[in-house]
Amino acid sequence: MLRNLSRAAAAAFLCLSGTAALADNPVHSYDLDNGMKILVKEDHRAPVVTSMVWYKVGSSYEHDGQTGLSHALEHMMFKGTDKHPPGEFSKIIAANGGRENAFTSRDFTAYFQNLEKGRLEISLELEADRMRHLKILDDEFAKEIQVVIEERRMRTEDEPEALTSERFNAAAHVTSPYHNPVIGWMTDLDQMTADDIRSWYQTWYAPNNATLVVAGDVNPEEVYRLAKKHFGPLQPSVLPKSKLRTEVEQKGERRITVKAPAELPYLIMGYQTPVIPVTDDNMEPYALAVLSSILDGGNSARFAKRLVREQQVAASVGTGYDSFSRLDSLFLIEGNPAQGKTIAELEKAIRAEIKRLQSDLVNTDELARVKAQVVASKVYEKDSVFYQAMQIGSLITQGYDWKLGDQYADKIQQVTAEQIRDVARKYLTDDRLTVAVLDPQPLDGKRPGHSGAANMPLR
Amino acid sequence: MFRILIVLTTGLSAISIQAAPVIQHWQTDNGARVYFVPAPELPMVDIRIVFDAASARDGDKPGVAAMTAGLLEEGAGKLNADQIADRFDSIGADFGTASLRDMSLVSLRSLTDARYLQPALETMTLILTQPSFPQNAFDRERKRALIGLQAKKQSPEAIADEAFFNALYGDHPYAHDPSGTEQSLKKLTRNDLIKHHKRYYVGSNAIITITGAVDRAQAEKIAQQLIGKLPTGEPAPALPPVKMGAQAVRVTKNFPSTQTHLLVGQAAITRDDPDYFPLYVGNHILGGSGLVSRLSDEIREKRGLSYNTYSYFSPMREAGPFQMGLQTRTDQATQALELLQQTLQTFMNDGPTAEELREAKQNITGGFALRLDSNKKIIENIAAIGFYNQPLDYLDTFNAKIEAVTAEQIKDAFKRRIHPDKMLTVIVGAQANADAAAP
Repeated sequence: MLRNLSRAAAAAFLCLSGTAALADNPVHSYDLDNGMKILVKEDHRAPVVTSMVWYKVGSSYEHDGQTGLSHALEHMMFKGTDKHPPGEFSKIIAANGGRENAFTSRDFTAYFQNLEKGRLEISLELEADRMRHLKILDDEFAKEIQVVIEERRMRTEDEPEALTSERFNAAAHVTSPYHNPVIGWMTDLDQMTADDIRSWYQTWYAPNNATLVVAGDVNPEEVYRLAKKHFGPLQPSVLPKSKLRTEVEQKGERRITVKAPAELPYLIMGYQTPVIPVTDDNMEPYALAVLSSILDGGNSARFAKRLVREQQVAASVGTGYDSFSRLDSLFLIEGNPAQGKTIAELEKAIRAEIKRLQSDLVNTDELARVKAQVVASKVYEKDSVFYQAMQIGSLITQGYDWKLGDQYADKIQQVTAEQIRDVARKYLTDDRLTVAVLDPQPLDGKRPGHSGAANMPLR
Repeated sequence: MFRILIVLTTGLSAISIQAAPVIQHWQTDNGARVYFVPAPELPMVDIRIVFDAASARDGDKPGVAAMTAGLLEEGAGKLNADQIADRFDSIGADFGTASLRDMSLVSLRSLTDARYLQPALETMTLILTQPSFPQNAFDRERKRALIGLQAKKQSPEAIADEAFFNALYGDHPYAHDPSGTEQSLKKLTRNDLIKHHKRYYVGSNAIITITGAVDRAQAEKIAQQLIGKLPTGEPAPALPPVKMGAQAVRVTKNFPSTQTHLLVGQAAITRDDPDYFPLYVGNHILGGSGLVSRLSDEIREKRGLSYNTYSYFSPMREAGPFQMGLQTRTDQATQALELLQQTLQTFMNDGPTAEELREAKQNITGGFALRLDSNKKIIENIAAIGFYNQPLDYLDTFNAKIEAVTAEQIKDAFKRRIHPDKMLTVIVGAQANADAAAP
């Protein structure tokens, strides 16, 4: 599963949105009669192929008491079908030199294989099989849910910043399903049954809720032919009418404290930013993306320059903003205070930077720098076939046109200093703000490394 | 990207036989070894310079190598950190430094258009040849390094990792955390960094690797410009050999986590070890191949005990570790540890099955193209080949060497090199239960 709040993820998404094909490699798009979409991106630099199946389902489709279903189902997808016993999917891919995995997020679940190009059909055949014929065995589920619980312990329970981030999301989203962690609350995992997973699978896994994205050294017509052969015969489902629960309007700032055994204080601030409709004349999502880079786009950006180096109030500080998401989301800022500085001092310094964005126009050099970075990253991201497939899949599965990726860099070029100031004034306001603070508690009152450590021979 | 020499396509079972990239190699006048792979498809270039200047060279000043690498971009010539950052960011160049145990790295990714590449190279040259290690930046970065050490203390995984290296390597230079220790960082001075740079950032101690849309003449010019003016200096001396553990050792660390983290292992192999291939293929079967490995099957798939269980060899200049690991709910730690040990023992007794060996070879050789399918992966590979002095045809011969490994060789190599009765076990978790994990 993907962690939603991390500097790496935030940075990745900026690039992710900053797609744009080199003009000579368009995306080929096909529709099967059963409603499945096929998107193919040619890239002939290496004799490899990435194949991904994306489903429109993730934690934001889940209801209270049933959180974590999408992610647990992702785990069960490796546990066999009528044709293939548990574990065989992975064995076949491995024996073909492939790498495979899957990821679940708020708005999607996706499965991928990276293979030598001649072996694409193997993955298509296996994915088509498990799209409709998964066999969820009670004893397999009983073991696998324990694996998921261990995953949750590793990623969240025992990681104080991740734990803070989880509680922050719950506080920042009151009615929105983004309230819930992707992996699910522990109590829901404890009570989940194999039947819950079966019905989740039956509800959402169907060709008319899926997109196949293939990128690499392939011929698009040939991919379409193979996809039609394997996915074409699958029956579509009647998908539930989506009852979207949107976020209630925030009525003033919210603050929470998370006490956990830890060493370092940690701060997260998030401003509600509604999903901004993407239309030709609406530059707001792009202006917010540039604003994010003005603060945190590289070592020359304002946070690194001013908060880390000049004021030395932050040991680390970063932003996170997704230009495109299915539901209302957040503009995030997170960081650790520098040695001898407090959370309050860090927050004050961050707020001063926000204020500055609202009152002064960013200067030409800063704007040019962000634009240069987007132009360059448009080339750099072509270095990874996997990444190109990710961009296409995530856009389409969140309800956007994949062409938005191609247009992204051009849109960024058009953002003006005034537009940045305007979105700062409109969205980065106290009434839209949630703040979470990690308040470190002693690690058992003793410091690890000084206590309980004993090197002694066995026996 | 790499050239495709012959492609055989025969439908489903199609196997492409492709050559690895042709690595061009030469030396600069001041002794730096250059490795170059042309990749003309995208208008970008990756440059990675590796110095034998990492924490293995810290001596009695743990952390000095990492601080030296980290401070490079904090000042050079007359430029301060802000100006350096502006110069790279304003042309979309990615500059970075890193310092591990063997290698200190300085890297650049830039567009090849001269309007961008030239200024990027000029700034990088200044950084490599005239770093100024400003006192104020040193003070600040030392504080940030201390915060970094503190952050590790709240992560059971990081605590286990550090304990593993400390106990495994004792007084060997690999023992300490490359970030240094609280005590050592507090004692460091700016002068220590200057000395470290002067000694180790020299031509004869440098490898420069280049891949991207530049030709040989350009690559020669780039190498010359970046490090041609460094003094020739002396290569770093040989590291002391690693002393192998004489008996089993157990290290337990109390930590208030819900899981216990277990690491089991020993010092094992160097990059040029003659047993490398049998051990590599054997480990792939034991715990190196994700969900289909034996460890994963026994611990995760059959019993649901852990999300992530694995084993690996990490070959280094001197003997790098063999490590098995997992993390599990603390009351299951005893059971999980026994399973780790048993799985290794069974594998050592019986060796791999014919089917396992065949599938492992298919996975490794069949996935060869995936190891080199981006400039990023190519430069990582050639930097390691250069740094560890591996032959230029290392990649060309890789698959054949994998294919040649037999089950007998694996069994024999594990028997000679892996010593379950002399292993280090690190246990990090809630104390009472971690103690109960003792057999």
